[in-house]
Amino acid sequence: MSVVELLSDYTIQNVVAGAALLGLVSGVLGTFAVLRRQSLLGDTMSHAALPGVCLGFIIAGTREIGSILLGALATGALAALVMLMLTRMTRLKTDAGLGITLSVFFAMGVVLLTHIQGMNNASQGGLDAFLFGQAAATLRSDLWIMGGITAVALLLVAALWKEFKLVSFDPEFATSLGMPVAWLEVLLTVMVALAVVVGLQMVGVVLMAAMIIAPAVAARQWSRRLEDMVLLAALIGVAGGIFGALLSALSRGLATGPLIILSVSSVVLVSLTLAPERGFLWEALRRVRARRRLRYQQVLTTLYRLAVHHDDPVYRSEQGMLDTYHGLRTRAVLSQLERRGLAEWQASPTDEPGPARRWVLTPAGIAEAERVLDALGREDA
Amino acid sequence: MSTTLHEPDLALHVEDLTVSYHSKPVLWDIDFDVPPGVMAAIVGPNGAGKSTLIKSVLGLVPTVAGHVTLHGRPYKAQRRRVGYVPQRSSVDWDFPTTALDVVTMGLYGRLGWLRRPGRRERDEAMAALELVGMADFAKRQISQLSGGQQQRVFLARALVQKADVYFLDEPMAGVDATTERAIVDILRRLRDEGKTVIVVHHDLQTVRSYFDWLLILNVRVIAQGPVAKVYTAEHLRQAYGGQIALLDQGTFLSEEAAAEPVERAE
Repeated sequence: MSVVELLSDYTIQNVVAGAALLGLVSGVLGTFAVLRRQSLLGDTMSHAALPGVCLGFIIAGTREIGSILLGALATGALAALVMLMLTRMTRLKTDAGLGITLSVFFAMGVVLLTHIQGMNNASQGGLDAFLFGQAAATLRSDLWIMGGITAVALLLVAALWKEFKLVSFDPEFATSLGMPVAWLEVLLTVMVALAVVVGLQMVGVVLMAAMIIAPAVAARQWSRRLEDMVLLAALIGVAGGIFGALLSALSRGLATGPLIILSVSSVVLVSLTLAPERGFLWEALRRVRARRRLRYQQVLTTLYRLAVHHDDPVYRSEQGMLDTYHGLRTRAVLSQLERRGLAEWQASPTDEPGPARRWVLTPAGIAEAERVLDALGREDA
Repeated sequence: MSTTLHEPDLALHVEDLTVSYHSKPVLWDIDFDVPPGVMAAIVGPNGAGKSTLIKSVLGLVPTVAGHVTLHGRPYKAQRRRVGYVPQRSSVDWDFPTTALDVVTMGLYGRLGWLRRPGRRERDEAMAALELVGMADFAKRQISQLSGGQQQRVFLARALVQKADVYFLDEPMAGVDATTERAIVDILRRLRDEGKTVIVVHHDLQTVRSYFDWLLILNVRVIAQGPVAKVYTAEHLRQAYGGQIALLDQGTFLSEEAAAEPVERAE
């Protein structure tokens, strides 16, 4: 099937639009969640959405999307509240609180799910799709709900931009300015819960957390300002969503949700490796360069010290001596010094026994060695 | 707003303030007054509640009892007249933003809802950065600043608040000598303009040379008043207990003795 044919397919259009919306809203809200160190709160809320999905189904009696999403939102928010109370009122630390809340709510969800499946209700078909998502089941009406939620979230972020920024960076200072910090934090958390609800249909409760975390983490690698990070995270989310959806449409039978997660995650992998300044490769390169510079400076200062020790500015150092002193072959480094005009590979006087040629510092080499020695201990200046 | 002022002649008036954490008192029955136009230090051992005192004045931690007024009115009515420099370690410096942007945050309170900082705000923030000697670093990522530079950025953010009373939480902790000098100079200039500067300080050695007002704290108030009267071996021993045993008595007996090296509090 060609891409044009793909895009004219009604179901695929829905799936692609849904994936794009999901990427957009989770990229933007995920940025704030990640910066506020609440990435795992998203995970807890998405797992806790499962009992809500089941309760919504039981109450409505059918697989009606509105009541299911409301149920998901309710239990997701309840889990966030429980988790907050656990850490505030007991001595439990955040990670333990998140872990306990996540598993208890998820266990309740699975119990309810199996209970519904045992009821032999014909309309329960495919409720377990909420575990890993079933993008193909996305309807036009679902898209309207997702679009509405996304629009509200984006409007709120735009309107409360500076408040959200300050609350994420320095909540204490925000409080001292008189901002309603507690309310702003609740609002940010509830919006993440909304993003989770948007993603239930597409990627399911188990993988939804990755959709919140991954675009933000990837965007952080490339951006220097919050504005850039939010825009880039949204872009990565949308691109990953569309790419995953198309990939799954091209390869009939492969699950859409996990493919979306995998395409976003590959952007994370590339970003963690390649991004300038923060990337892994960049760090490694910088370390190699620093080590090389260190070695070249060491050999240069050794030549200088030998000259000082012998009280002879044109003292001729033997290659073997330098190798022994540094415990490695210094030939390559010395050649580098020679190319820069800092040292010379001079012939020894014919009447002197020993090797035919030796190393001598040039006046430029002496000046450079003195500069290096002088800078020692003032590295941070 | 009520027109009757409570202790209007004091820049800061704290009465009967008590703060507790898990039913353990952190601050007990604090009475603390600071007249306007002084540079005051709050010193005390670890866990004495120095930061908590500042934070409870600013409404950042809940109080069990007591009241606080700034120039005669409660804090809520005086927010615009207060500047705050939190501890540098209280935020994540890997946050994606620039030095200039952090300084601009000091103006958010004045801007109010929905309004965004514009050219005027940027110029003000830039002027404050210049004042702390950080103009060249305006566009720099805050994660790439040194500790001293980060502290200067925080100070600049408080300066744009154009306050009458400044609270600083350990601004000299972990900064180099140049930055410490620069910070003290700026604080002195503020005081000379008639502002009140209240600093949580950890270095007993410099108390007498930097400050003119002093509160010695250890959950309760040990002593308060002009530095010359309050900075005595007796008061410090009461606050620090055995930790201060190495103190040289002579330092306190003679008036003209230079500040001798005193064991650091932290």
